[in-house]
Amino acid sequence: MLASLLIVFREVIEAGLILGIVLAATKGVVGRALWVGIGVVGGIVGACIVAAFAGEIEQLFQGSGQELFNATILTLAVVMLTWHNVWMAGHGRAMARELKGVGEAVLSGERTLTALAVVVGVAVLREGSEVVLFLYGIAAQPGTTTAAMLTGGVLGLGAGAAVSALMYYGLLAIPAHKLFKVTSGLITLLAAGMAAQAVLFLQQAGYFEVMTRTVWDTSWLLSQDSIVGRMLHTLVGYSDAPNGAQLAAYGATALVIFALMRWEHGRHHRHHGRRRAAVAAE
Amino acid sequence: MTPPVSVHKSALSGLLALPLLLAPLLGGSARAETPILLKIKDHRFTPAEIHVKANQPSLIVMTNADATAEEFDSTSLKVEKVVPGNASGNIRIRPLAPGRYPFMGEYHSDTAQGVVIAE
Repeated sequence: MLASLLIVFREVIEAGLILGIVLAATKGVVGRALWVGIGVVGGIVGACIVAAFAGEIEQLFQGSGQELFNATILTLAVVMLTWHNVWMAGHGRAMARELKGVGEAVLSGERTLTALAVVVGVAVLREGSEVVLFLYGIAAQPGTTTAAMLTGGVLGLGAGAAVSALMYYGLLAIPAHKLFKVTSGLITLLAAGMAAQAVLFLQQAGYFEVMTRTVWDTSWLLSQDSIVGRMLHTLVGYSDAPNGAQLAAYGATALVIFALMRWEHGRHHRHHGRRRAAVAAE
Repeated sequence: MTPPVSVHKSALSGLLALPLLLAPLLGGSARAETPILLKIKDHRFTPAEIHVKANQPSLIVMTNADATAEEFDSTSLKVEKVVPGNASGNIRIRPLAPGRYPFMGEYHSDTAQGVVIAE
């Protein structure tokens, strides 16, 4: 029972952490429960479909279908996270500053909610398909341990949900005016880590095989297979032995998001400044 | 309000297809060397020890003779690969520095253990 609990927990921890961050980042946005719910349900349905067609996906692209599929949906999540962060950099602060913008806030929140629903869906789908395959494997096995193993699996899901709740309430403990900064920082690192992971899947598929040499190895300090290592892997993209391409993807993604956020923020500042000057001149 | 949404949607499907379209351009996946055959049955790997040449890519073809899926998982090899029951899957190994690289079947890690030795 403990074995299956740990396996399922390991798989759902990533989706749990991402869900917690997304919920914290959308605090106060009307309609977020609906969109996040759509993401979770869509992810579960997708996970079942992917699990059912695992063999067919695998056959695509000369036996690299699974890796290319993973790389694709990770890239999609990176784009969605980038979009959310950049959009919020332009509008988020203005929304918080101007009370008159409440109606505007509801509207704008909904825009990036669709992006975040996709991110949640992708996270649930990716790890969920492995949970489905694992639990199906247990259920299909005749034997007396089946019930205990399934119980362990369900408890593992519960533990994943608990991590999600901890992440969410932990972030909410941060003062409201700083929460935006913290969540956008977290989302930037989350996206960078996902980009590095996508590159790894491409390499595993036999493409983009450049800079494959390991740059450093910290597995003696913190193994990526440990629960803490795995959580850090999700949150900040921790890898105990990254290769050059992984590091390049990580750095480039973080830089691009940061630069776009600065640019968007500056653009809105200038725009607002001009408007104020025009009002003063009248 | 409507135009940005539709632009976003078409951009989204384009982005979805992009890595798949780019993939063939980035490099060939064809490898000249003969694949190494790995079998898992009763949740145990045979052979449990795989020898590869150091600093050269290699290809493992894993056959899952069990009825249920198994995930070939190795952090040190940087490989995660689900192989459905009664099916086989390709596992590409990057050029490795000499050393030992353990792997496991994640769904049955108590019995499904193995190691790649690069020399």
